[in-house]
Amino acid sequence: MKLLRSLAVCLILMLCLAIGVTSAAAPNVELTFWSWRTEDIDAYDKFVKVFEAENPNIKVKFIPFKNTEYNTILATALQGGTGPDIVHLRSYGGMEALASAGYLMELTASDVPDLAKFPKDILRGASNRHTGKIYGVPFAIQIIQVIYNKTIFDNVGLEEPTTWDEFLKISQTLKDNGYVPLSNGGKDAWAFETLFGGVAPNFYGGNDFSNAVINGETTFEDARFVYSLRKMLELRPYMPKDFMGIGYTDMQMMFAQEMAAMMIGGSYETATFERLNPDLKLGVFAVPGEKAGDGGYAAVYMDGSYGINAVTKHKTECLKFINFLASLEYGQMFADELSQPSAIPGVKPKHPVLAEMLSLAENKSTPHLMVVGFRFEQPSGSTLLQTSLQAMFSDKLTPEEVASEIHEGLVKWYEPFQK
Amino acid sequence: MLAASSCHRIIPKHVNGGVAVNRKRSRQRVYIMFLAPALIVYTVFMVYPLLSSLGYSFIKWDGYIRQGFAGLDNFKKVLFERPYSERLLGALRHNVFFFVVTFLIQTTFGLFVAVALAKGGRFLRVCQTVYFAPYTLSQVVVGFLWLLLLNPTWGQVNKFLALIGLKGLARPWLGDMVTALPTIILVNAWRWLGFPITVYLAGLQGIPLELEEAARVDGATPWQAFRHVVLPLLLPTIGMMTILTFIYDFNAFELIFIMQGSSGSPYYSTDVLGTFFYRTAFGDATTGGEVGQVGLGSAIAVLMFLVICAVSIAGVWLIRRQEVEM
Repeated sequence: MKLLRSLAVCLILMLCLAIGVTSAAAPNVELTFWSWRTEDIDAYDKFVKVFEAENPNIKVKFIPFKNTEYNTILATALQGGTGPDIVHLRSYGGMEALASAGYLMELTASDVPDLAKFPKDILRGASNRHTGKIYGVPFAIQIIQVIYNKTIFDNVGLEEPTTWDEFLKISQTLKDNGYVPLSNGGKDAWAFETLFGGVAPNFYGGNDFSNAVINGETTFEDARFVYSLRKMLELRPYMPKDFMGIGYTDMQMMFAQEMAAMMIGGSYETATFERLNPDLKLGVFAVPGEKAGDGGYAAVYMDGSYGINAVTKHKTECLKFINFLASLEYGQMFADELSQPSAIPGVKPKHPVLAEMLSLAENKSTPHLMVVGFRFEQPSGSTLLQTSLQAMFSDKLTPEEVASEIHEGLVKWYEPFQK
Repeated sequence: MLAASSCHRIIPKHVNGGVAVNRKRSRQRVYIMFLAPALIVYTVFMVYPLLSSLGYSFIKWDGYIRQGFAGLDNFKKVLFERPYSERLLGALRHNVFFFVVTFLIQTTFGLFVAVALAKGGRFLRVCQTVYFAPYTLSQVVVGFLWLLLLNPTWGQVNKFLALIGLKGLARPWLGDMVTALPTIILVNAWRWLGFPITVYLAGLQGIPLELEEAARVDGATPWQAFRHVVLPLLLPTIGMMTILTFIYDFNAFELIFIMQGSSGSPYYSTDVLGTFFYRTAFGDATTGGEVGQVGLGSAIAVLMFLVICAVSIAGVWLIRRQEVEM
């Protein structure tokens, strides 16, 4: 009897304890967070820990999928009315398809006050271009400029150019000294779009033209655009021998192995270069225009954003996490941990090259035209530009023909051109 | 099964009809049981996707959302609206070129090697293995290997050309609009040839030696004996091989995707129906961010299927007729 009674007391005590514990803590919520950044899993675990320390009742589970399969997996899940609470979103057209299908929650200024800090051009990548509604908090931007090898420049005795002619002269000197001046090649069509982003804005008149063409006030058959394509061809002698057979990885290897002195590329190259050759001393400058003070544009585009599933059961918790992702504290963490330019204004990256790239963009930036404005439907401006530039650099199309091919493809779906 | 059916035949039907019916039923059940695994796999992974893509091609899509019945709009767009019509025609032309060149190589060089191997001794047996080896490699490996060999900066092909004094011939093989597709076709032939050679060899070994010997005794030259005795007997094999090659070449995708991506780089000069379909249906992976068009992609897939189906059936019919004539 005695044993039984003590057992009962024990049981009751345990029961009380259990109830006490559960009632003391607020209900735990676990948010799922899908992404394609399998390579960043450790970094995101760190970010999540910081958030969880500040919000002990919310757990976030980061689940990355294979990059090339992510779009399909996400779209299928969202179509079925499921999917994650927090969604890592691609930019521009990739995001818009999900938003216009109604799968994403609109983010208003009252829900996420920090959105007001972002420049309009950057937010465009996370909004529906018809309604202007915002669906994501941008996480990274990419900046296109000339990346150069400081050691080679010092050895040959060169300085950053201030005019286009100086740029060409520097290239010639490098070539005379046995270096490949520019490692940019043409086998992978998309590398041409990067080259375009670095060079063309300085000759089509930067934001004047890009605004006009995005608003449909002019088209790609504009003489300024054709002129900028013709200027790109002036770089041909300074690209590698047989550059049409040089693929993207070859470009990176040539630069990292110090065969090539310059490469027109995105800010995402920094990490790769440093991994391939830790001794590399990198410098950056924007391609100059014809007169000193002209040009010097860094082409900028948004890399993607974080959004919320429209059918999430934990709206308040999601908004808390999204506000964390929009904070300066997070942006700083992101830039330092991943060595990528955070999209959040005011972040000062510790990495000196990244900091220099950001200051180029702050000084004079222009949208990376096809990515920002013309990637919403097929045939996208990017595809048209990339492939026809391959033809132009192979002497199969003239700059005029490239322009009309781009226009002819875009006019099929880009409403402002149809007027 | 054979034993069972012969047993069954012995039992006279009128003596024990009920048992016979039962046996027949249980036999059918066994047949179905044996067929079921293959049939289920085939239905789930072949018939269902084929039918559903046929269905998709009649639906209007906005990104990922179905918008309702489209009738023949997707087909109309692909067949008659620029730039799709232009790309479709270009891709089709490249597929035909791909097939014709591969066919020519395998029925000249491939057949020659097969005949030589059939005549040859032990040394040539080793060669047979060597010829067949590339076929056992995956296309990804072959594509990557040749990407490295053909690289203009580090590749061995241009270095080799310089070594034998043909430096003038060196070029960016895969980046030049003129040479890109022929280069890929040759790389594909390098991998593929082992298969037709082996099939031809088997065909040749099935032809009785006496026939050729009799022709030689009658005074035929080796070429005449081959041309008028061996070749006609080998024609059905060559015919079947040609149909297989046609199907394979019209579905060509992997090698081109690995070596050139899905944009038909440079400037659509290596674009085939497979890459055109992939790019349209799923968005161009190499440009990034582009939204796929399920309806248009499905329409292309259906057209591909129709072309391959029609030509294959016509080919098989031709071979049958020829066999009957012989």
